[in-house]
Amino acid sequence: MRVLPWVYLALAYAFVFLPVVVLVAFSFQDGRLPVPPFKGVTLDWYAKVLTDDDLMAALVNSLLVAVVSSAVALVLGFLAAHALARVRLPGSVLMRGVLIAPMTVSYLIIALGLLTVFNQLGIRPSLWATGIGHVVINLPLCFAISYAAMGDHQKSAERAARDLGASEGQVLLHVSAPMLAAPLAAAFFLSVTFSWDEFIIAFLLTRFDVTLPVEIWSMLKSGLSPATNAVGSLVFLVSVTLVILLEILVFRRAK
Amino acid sequence: MTLAAKERRLGWGLIAPALIWTAAFFILPFLAMLALSFASMDGREVMRGFDPGNYVRVFTDPTMLGALGNSLEITVVVTVISVVLAYPLAAIIAFRVPARWQRLALLLAVLPFWTSYVVRSYSWLLVLGQNGVVNKALLGIGVIAEPLEIASTRAATVIGFVHFFVMLLTLTIYANLIQLSPNYARAAQDLGASRWQTFTHVILPLTLPGVVTGAFLTFVLCIGDYITPQILGGNAELTLPQLIMLQLGRSGNFPLASALSVVLMAVVTLAYFASSRWLRLDRV
Repeated sequence: MRVLPWVYLALAYAFVFLPVVVLVAFSFQDGRLPVPPFKGVTLDWYAKVLTDDDLMAALVNSLLVAVVSSAVALVLGFLAAHALARVRLPGSVLMRGVLIAPMTVSYLIIALGLLTVFNQLGIRPSLWATGIGHVVINLPLCFAISYAAMGDHQKSAERAARDLGASEGQVLLHVSAPMLAAPLAAAFFLSVTFSWDEFIIAFLLTRFDVTLPVEIWSMLKSGLSPATNAVGSLVFLVSVTLVILLEILVFRRAK
Repeated sequence: MTLAAKERRLGWGLIAPALIWTAAFFILPFLAMLALSFASMDGREVMRGFDPGNYVRVFTDPTMLGALGNSLEITVVVTVISVVLAYPLAAIIAFRVPARWQRLALLLAVLPFWTSYVVRSYSWLLVLGQNGVVNKALLGIGVIAEPLEIASTRAATVIGFVHFFVMLLTLTIYANLIQLSPNYARAAQDLGASRWQTFTHVILPLTLPGVVTGAFLTFVLCIGDYITPQILGGNAELTLPQLIMLQLGRSGNFPLASALSVVLMAVVTLAYFASSRWLRLDRV
């Protein structure tokens, strides 16, 4: 009985890591197919990927959309959370529901709705359209995290600042936001990782200026290739670096 | 102006941008899609109007009904398996792993979460495919004589989904377990409850809201996902999102795609009401 939990834990980790390990291992495959037998180690696929102009352009697009849309989502979400946590407004339960609602709707439906409206308005698919969609999906997250983080001790600090003559903007910028730095950073980084990896909205709302997941999608059409493994491993590396940075910078300091 | 009125005006000013964004880019598009779902197609032209034909088709055409059925079956199976696998995992991390290692254990458990979603499905293809790692290993040790057909089946879709949602659910369930005061379990055991009774009568009910929230999120994300069934499931049996994308891509039938999306959303809404008693979405 004593060892059973540890066996379970080991099996669970094996299951969770199996595809990732296979992905990374075969990105070094010295051959044309990323499947066994393993033929030897090469960095050729990484060289190929890093010099692929389309992929690199898609990477830049992805990062651009992720950073800009996350920043917008964070500002909107934080301001809304501040309003609902501090001021008694009629219909606040309803408004909270409306702001959280996009979280419960599949991305495909959000994308299709936006596509319908943009078609009718004659707006062409673009990175901007994708960015708008990404704000829609990340706003609930930023709002929920900001809202959950607002406590009473801040309220006193804000009141003190106001009594000392600070304008509402100054209170927000110099008191509220800095006191919530850790959760706000967490919300921002989470949004970035969601946005930069988001596929269906980007797939339906971009045309020529595609993002990385869409570019990877089109790579899959030509079958299995160690090049795809190499891209996947690089994406993993970037995301994990972000997560570890977040862990060290935000959560360590928060303790 | 009184202080309260001034505060309220400020509050409206702060919340307005988020509300306007959600109204303009979430509610309005949904209404536009709803309206479009009642339009019909004349050749490649969209005929506006109020024609329930698309919905009739969704509920009578065997392909459409089949896709709805597939989506529901896969989603329910995935949700149940994921909860059953994730609960013990979360409990082991919360109660057996020493406190100082828990954060690391959790971080490791969700690390693959951060691979690209598209790539994660693709990498299961490498594991489960005809020439994949699993088949090569099983052939190698002589368990099977012929490679198993796992990729391009429902089993592959389920495995890919479960992989993703076990990580998600482990996080949500762990967060609930760790908030539980150990005094509850201690009190139950002092009163003579066995370990199993303590779990079923004390711990499980107390963590149920978290489990239901996680299960609901699993349901929503799973039933609406296009990538995993498209990459892993092959085209033998379609799910609802695959059918929607087919209608968009191949025939440009926006009205039918919209109707299918509305049905998809209705299913999620039903799931929401079914679980709303325990659901705490504002605490995700």
